[in-house]
Amino acid sequence: MGKHIGLPLHIMVTLQSYLTVTAILFTFGLYNVITRKNAVGILMGVELILNAASINMVAFAHFNGNQVAGSLFSLFLIVLAASEAAVALAIVVSIYRQFHTIDADEVVTLKG
Amino acid sequence: MPPLNDLVFLLIAFVTLASAGVVTFSRSILYAGFALLGTFSGAVGLFILLSSDFVAITQLLIYVGGITVLVLFAIMLTSKIGEVQLTNLSMNHKVAIPLLGLFLTFLLSLLGKGTWVVLEEEAFVSMVQPIGEALLTKYLLPFEVVSVVLLGALVGAVVIVKREVK
Repeated sequence: MGKHIGLPLHIMVTLQSYLTVTAILFTFGLYNVITRKNAVGILMGVELILNAASINMVAFAHFNGNQVAGSLFSLFLIVLAASEAAVALAIVVSIYRQFHTIDADEVVTLKG
Repeated sequence: MPPLNDLVFLLIAFVTLASAGVVTFSRSILYAGFALLGTFSGAVGLFILLSSDFVAITQLLIYVGGITVLVLFAIMLTSKIGEVQLTNLSMNHKVAIPLLGLFLTFLLSLLGKGTWVVLEEEAFVSMVQPIGEALLTKYLLPFEVVSVVLLGALVGAVVIVKREVK
């Protein structure tokens, strides 16, 4: 178990430590997306997932000779996450104007 | 006494995961929105530890300075803050917790199985120049495409929120 996490009794931080942190972060984000009813809460889960992927890529780049591709991936991911957050929140505000709630269970107009 | 580097990593990882825990399990969505701040700041620390300084500062500017504020605006504009129970995690959490626990153990077991190719850690070199060169030579196409996507997303967001002028 210690070998998996990369933190045996004498603490040594390896690639596995960073991967463990991002795996837990990813699971938290996934839990957020699955269970939340609030639409903004779901968006927060997506941001956690994207952050976990970012840190993952940079960790791999760091432990493989400091390549630039990992950092570039994270930069593009940050830009895309920002644009996606803007559009998602615009949609949420629109939905709130229409339905006066952003509960994901109540914003349903499909019948039958 | 383990090296200071590793203790700092443990501290930053703890801050990140604790904030992510508050985001995930907090009853009030406002607290969750504020805890996002802690998560993103922890990610900044992790990026710095991974010798990617440009990404760390970009994360600080955009995520902590932009997206957190955006999310908090959205929460305050759309939730009924006056009510006591602001958000419910009640949807399926009896199913989700075991399922995601399994998923997490699966992921962590994957980490131990593979032999990761790990090279020697190099000395810290500022990533600003390599990123700048790569963005304009080898990665020019993704750079331009991402710029166009950002433009389209912002124009689209404004169009969605626009009220009809009667």
